Amino acid sequence: MLTKRIIPCLDIKNGRTVKGVNFVDLRDAGDPVELAKQYALKGADELVFLDISATLEGRKTMHDMVLKVAEHVNIPFTVGGGISSIEDVDALLKCGADKISINSSAVKRPELVNELANKFGSQCVVVAIDAKNVDGNWIVHLAGGTIPTKLNLFDWAKEVEQRGAGEILFTSMDNDGTKDGFANDALAKLSQELNIPIIASGGAGTIQHFVDTFKKGKADAALAASVFHFGEIPISELKEALKENNIAVRL
Amino acid sequence: MKLVIINYGAGNIKSIQFAFKRLGVDAILSNNPEEIKAADKVIFPGVGEANSAMQMLRASGLDTLIPTLKQPVLGICLGMQLMCKSSEEGNTKGLGIFNVAIKRFSNVVKVPQMGWNTISDLKSPLFKNIEEDAFMYLVHSFYAEACKEQIATTNYEFDYASALQKDNFYGVQFHPEKSSVVGEQILKNFLAI
Repeated sequence: MLTKRIIPCLDIKNGRTVKGVNFVDLRDAGDPVELAKQYALKGADELVFLDISATLEGRKTMHDMVLKVAEHVNIPFTVGGGISSIEDVDALLKCGADKISINSSAVKRPELVNELANKFGSQCVVVAIDAKNVDGNWIVHLAGGTIPTKLNLFDWAKEVEQRGAGEILFTSMDNDGTKDGFANDALAKLSQELNIPIIASGGAGTIQHFVDTFKKGKADAALAASVFHFGEIPISELKEALKENNIAVRL
Repeated sequence: MKLVIINYGAGNIKSIQFAFKRLGVDAILSNNPEEIKAADKVIFPGVGEANSAMQMLRASGLDTLIPTLKQPVLGICLGMQLMCKSSEEGNTKGLGIFNVAIKRFSNVVKVPQMGWNTISDLKSPLFKNIEEDAFMYLVHSFYAEACKEQIATTNYEFDYASALQKDNFYGVQFHPEKSSVVGEQILKNFLAI
């Protein structure tokens, strides 16, 4: 049976992990390769690296990082942040990234999704969508939730699926950082209306939140950052608990 | 050990090359027929769309070379699919090494299948020291039907052939290069065949 995936997300700036990472057995918590290797050992199913570098210089270091991760890590990983062209994607895939994720560049120019799917295949095209519930309507936002668009989450998700996205990474800006659980109603609706995998993001605080997002939210994968980085939820413990709740996981 | 990864423009070959490097083997990337023929082992990778990948193979004449190879050949993902008779993807005629058709999953399940699933009913030296129901990483929308050449079974929508073997030709739908230590064991087994 296909299992539900647990995905730690690492923010990268100028080739280094940011957000304090608290792993006792790490020599260098700022080294994305060290951290990625640890996560692979501890049972993470995939990894996401999000480049938050603001400069061109910073972006260039991302290619070196991707190359090193591909060299040393034996599980799949996605790279996102600042990707807006076929050339950007080509370079990252050539460095060994398995999937790339696009967000605002797809909103600005939706044809990009078609172009990437046609050139590289849907399997490597993840479309990340950040949305907020505004008076009962889920509205897509850009720039970390600061800029609202006119797009409705569900319409936009269906559009990118038709354009060739292989997967949706949905972050609820209302839930992100709250540690109060994932946006399961919206996630369940996405899963019902779309036929591609959905990654839940934003709101992980407890093991029960993961159980709920797989059961109530029908998510195919769940992504989180701080609960993993600070060791609040060890991945092995999380997966054991999911199994006890009859959720298929890789152990 | 001379290991060649066929480089015909399709897919993430870097990951495969790195996986072998972790096992201590430097793989050569090549589309040169003489170099491929002279290899001890050959990897036939592939990620992307079947029809355009087949066109790239034909353009370099590799479509006629690959079925004549005598050394162990391992097709991975789309590489495996192209070794089959035909594919529904782009209505593509394959290399015909495996006598099986490639079909698309229906919309009863999410397509692509993306993530870790088990392989069972393992029947090949390729799976030496691999336990039944080991987890492998898969990303695909098309699958090989159950068939005589099947050496591993995976269930998604139904049971399908997630690995195939005929004589010196091996094919795996999953990505051993991305399937943690178990995947690395399968690559080691291939090197030992």
